[in-house]
Amino acid sequence: MYQYDKYDQQMVDTRVAEFRDQVERRLAGELTEDQFKPLRLMNGLYLQLHAYMLRVAIPYGTLNGKQMRMLGHIARKYDRDYGHFTTRQNIQYNWIKLEDAPDILADLASVEMHAIQTSGNCIRNISSDQYAGAAADEIADPRPWAEILRQWSSFHPEFSYLPRKFKIAVIASDEDRAAMRLHDIGIQLVHKDGELGAKFFVGGGMGRTPMIGPEIRDFVPADELISYAEACLRVYNRYGRRDNKYKARIKILVHELGKEEYTRQVEEEFAHMKTLGLNPPVEELARISEYFADPAFEAGASDDLDLSDPDFNLWVDQNTVAHKQAGYSIAIISLKPQGGIPGDASSAQIDLMADLAEQYSFDELRVTHSQNIVLPHVKKSDLYALWQKLDEAGLAPANLDLITDSIACPGLDYCSLANARSIPLAQKISERFADLGRQRELGELKLKISGCINACGHHHAGHIGILGVDRKGTENYQLLLGGSAAEDTSLAKITGPGFSEDGVIDAIETVTDLYLKERQEDERFIDTYRRVGMARFKEAIYG
Amino acid sequence: MNILTGNDLKTGDVTWWTGSDWSRHVEDAVDVGENFEAILQEEEASRRVNVPYAIAAEMTDDGPRPAHIKDRVRALGPTVRPDLTLKPADPEAGNWVI
Ligand code: HEM
Ligand code: SF4
Repeated sequence: MYQYDKYDQQMVDTRVAEFRDQVERRLAGELTEDQFKPLRLMNGLYLQLHAYMLRVAIPYGTLNGKQMRMLGHIARKYDRDYGHFTTRQNIQYNWIKLEDAPDILADLASVEMHAIQTSGNCIRNISSDQYAGAAADEIADPRPWAEILRQWSSFHPEFSYLPRKFKIAVIASDEDRAAMRLHDIGIQLVHKDGELGAKFFVGGGMGRTPMIGPEIRDFVPADELISYAEACLRVYNRYGRRDNKYKARIKILVHELGKEEYTRQVEEEFAHMKTLGLNPPVEELARISEYFADPAFEAGASDDLDLSDPDFNLWVDQNTVAHKQAGYSIAIISLKPQGGIPGDASSAQIDLMADLAEQYSFDELRVTHSQNIVLPHVKKSDLYALWQKLDEAGLAPANLDLITDSIACPGLDYCSLANARSIPLAQKISERFADLGRQRELGELKLKISGCINACGHHHAGHIGILGVDRKGTENYQLLLGGSAAEDTSLAKITGPGFSEDGVIDAIETVTDLYLKERQEDERFIDTYRRVGMARFKEAIYG
Repeated sequence: MNILTGNDLKTGDVTWWTGSDWSRHVEDAVDVGENFEAILQEEEASRRVNVPYAIAAEMTDDGPRPAHIKDRVRALGPTVRPDLTLKPADPEAGNWVI
């Protein structure tokens, strides 16, 4: 894992001191809320439904045991004993006191973490593949690139006041586990003629106008990747619409200019930038990459597993993924217990996951965009002991990628922008489909719920999506079908008129029943939907 | 009726205007009628509350209830965590929220 150098640490420490002073001045009445609000937002501190909310950045979803334990400590000491892992691989605390915020940031800084650029019109936390460095199918490790992008984008003076927020994802395999094409910039590392470089996709996003980012370049040599990203941002910074918040994202610019014209301008800017010599020095790339060297895997570790315990067998089958190293697995801890709140974890659970990472996964954890936690490097011979400890703590639901592994935004229970609650729906659906045999029969099924059009719960990208709307002061839910955040990215379509809470759950059952009836061979839900088409599903739902 | 609400500056707690102070319990809220601009300004300036605003509410036997669902959720706490609401011991406490 990357470790802060003195510059990183100094930047973060200085920021904590600055914010401490700003909070003191706010509490003393020297700053009004209008003056203070932009300052607190630059430090990830929002004001939400019940209190201040703090969003902490987890760079590309990667953290170590010490950092995870600090997240648990913060939940216990300053919040109400839990945190919420988000679709942007971050964590949010819902009950923060303004007077505690500087101490929390200082605690975070002591473990090389912060909440900078988790709000505002700047480049947000870089997201990446949660299996980076462990996946059997990656062509290179995306983390050094995510880290370089993090350093480049942190406090980048030119990109602190963009027209709107900006999200970048980096992946390095054909399978997309990071919703890459639904980011403002999606970067896929690829090889061409034996050389490492990247494909660029620009102008994707969700929110009220969802768009899939088109590919604008099939190969940027690796050492020019930052310059190319910078060129993409420069064109956006200059021409992105600042007059209308709803048209300010880069997706609108790319859409309005057209991919060809946007690309032409980026290429022109890029040609200019190449003359400036702005690529990061090669030694710096090498220095950063060293931090991401493989851990000391045991050579010749056995691939044998005793699967005689049926519950363990199910968990291994559902929640572990092939590792690049023989004798190792990637283990996914589902934060979606039956009837639970997707993405929430108690301080005790967070502590336990920190311990288990130290004990079984070379001190590494990852947060996934589907609000689960990954132990990336577990020796197969340790899996049973690990599973037993997880199970004891309620952390072993064997439901990865099944219908109860849903994504849900905080919705009206916590979020001041919400139209409807998201969490109770996720809970009720997980009760309705509680039977694991039934879930496994349905197979891979991505259910994603947002409490409003901002789409924090990725409803546009759900095989089944739910969008909460306000109908004359009561909660109402629209059902969407056919989205995907994977390499077959697609945007879900609304089925028709909205439903009550119970109504939408019934409709989901209708939809899954139809799928089981129509399914051919080993089609997933999304495959059957794509083959059969919306009309059949609509007819089944609305008669 | 109109009632005033905001968040405590230091703690962020949701609070309601009682006529002389801010309470965490919506039951303590008073009707401010139409003349609340001065109170809002004075209270914001005195830093007892952060970004206060007026909302429509209805008087019931149990006290004032905000008209909008969002403020009802604010008044009680998250519906999915009854243990974290203002009335954790009373399972019926949230029946009026939704
Ligand atoms: C509770 C406080 C939150 C607020 C006020 C908030 C606000 C917003 C807004 C306004 C947008 C739309 C931006 C746009 O389209 O330009 C948005 C998008 C998004 N938010 Fe949130 N959000 C919150 C919490 C969350 C949480 C908890 C998550 C993760 C579970 C999240 C993840 C996202 C994602 C993934 C998007 C879509 C990004 C895109 O449009 O490309 N947000 N949020
Ligand atoms: S989708 Fe809407 S309700 Fe859900 S967290 Fe985002 S802004 Fe809030």
